[in-house]
Amino acid sequence: MYLPDFEYYQPNSLAEACRLMAKFGPRARILAGGTDLLHKMKHGQLEPEVIVSLNGLERLREITYQKGVGVVIGARATHNDIAGSALLQEKYRSVCEAAHHMANNQIRNVGTLGGNIVNAVPSADLPPILIALGASVKLAGSQGRRVLPLEEFFTGVHSSVIEPDEILTEVIIPDQPSTGSTYIRFGLRRSGALAVVGAAVAVTMEGETCREARIALGAAAPVPMRARQAEAVLKNQVITPDLLEEAGVCAARECSPRSSIRGSEEYRRDLVRVLTRRALQKAIKEGHV
Amino acid sequence: MARTLTDEQGVKRYLVNLKVNGDNHTVMVKGNSLLVNVLRDELDLTGTKKGCELGDCGSCTVLLDGKPVNSCLVLAVEAEGREITTIEGVAQNDKLDKLQESFVNNAAIQCGYCTPGMVLSAKALLTRNPHPTETEVREAISGNLCRCTGYVNIVKAVMAAAEQE
Repeated sequence: MYLPDFEYYQPNSLAEACRLMAKFGPRARILAGGTDLLHKMKHGQLEPEVIVSLNGLERLREITYQKGVGVVIGARATHNDIAGSALLQEKYRSVCEAAHHMANNQIRNVGTLGGNIVNAVPSADLPPILIALGASVKLAGSQGRRVLPLEEFFTGVHSSVIEPDEILTEVIIPDQPSTGSTYIRFGLRRSGALAVVGAAVAVTMEGETCREARIALGAAAPVPMRARQAEAVLKNQVITPDLLEEAGVCAARECSPRSSIRGSEEYRRDLVRVLTRRALQKAIKEGHV
Repeated sequence: MARTLTDEQGVKRYLVNLKVNGDNHTVMVKGNSLLVNVLRDELDLTGTKKGCELGDCGSCTVLLDGKPVNSCLVLAVEAEGREITTIEGVAQNDKLDKLQESFVNNAAIQCGYCTPGMVLSAKALLTRNPHPTETEVREAISGNLCRCTGYVNIVKAVMAAAEQE
């Protein structure tokens, strides 16, 4: 299986990368890890004339804490970079766990956070937990930079607000009011399988009372979605097992999954109910796991 | 970035420096050349196998700077300056590595097609974590498919090699 011909560029700066993307527009594709792009090119699903590689931009791989901003993860950080980051292990182990349970080791050593987001696949594992934590994304374009909530990034299956000349450069997890977060996914196998459903939550607890809950679901709609009705059920309430079940039922009602070879719509809704409840239980009890 | 050469017809090629199993090589590749094909066809290192060629099966696993990757999904030009270990580089001085010995002793090889990738994934694990649990072993080789389904003995072999540490 060979790759079709393309023109290859490996810019040394982000500005140069943006300039190339502005010049070639939709004829060009960004190459980060390549686990998705090269796969699609081998299948003939994508035939870019130009490839702009981010391989020369090492700084886009850093994971740092910036005071007053939060944890900043470079878009080229691989899934294993994220899973093994001491900073993330300490602050948001839930994000490490989400990265650690994706695909398989070989893919996690190469595939990137940016790719996982920009591909805009409904079953992607990182967007739900990042949305639950209120993360933003930074996009660099030839006209300048913009920052927007990750939640507003996705517009449909394989589509997002990113312009052809823009490059996703970093993800920012702001300092949290939340006291706990977690992501639980259900796959048909433990390795190398896409999530049938994924549920991420971030909760702000004050004793037994839930001040706020953010619930984000993967593979439960064309885009990663917030379960706002379920969140409303929990707001300022004393947490009881019945209430968590009610939140799960609510999330199952408000999501809109599709039937696919991995699971029927009905099955996915029931998974949403169960996983939402379990994720809430875990985040309330154990913190940012 | 690798040095670029453009021929009379305007086709670009790249001079890529690879350090493979400790030896330096400079190869001329096109932008769309895959690392697996360069290793097999240019350097004659055919121990690296091609299976699905889509990143699912792990037969083409090599270590890139010590980490297992699927060489069917890496552009050769992007491996410039990186250290690559293939199965040919695991045995030192014509003597099998203890992990390879362990595969032989535990009958962890049936048809053998997945073995190079299995050994490299396991090698990377044992370098990072010399005393893994069985769960960690299974996790480390979860990107390597054995169609003979000989996983039990493969896990046994890796565990046995770890115990010899």
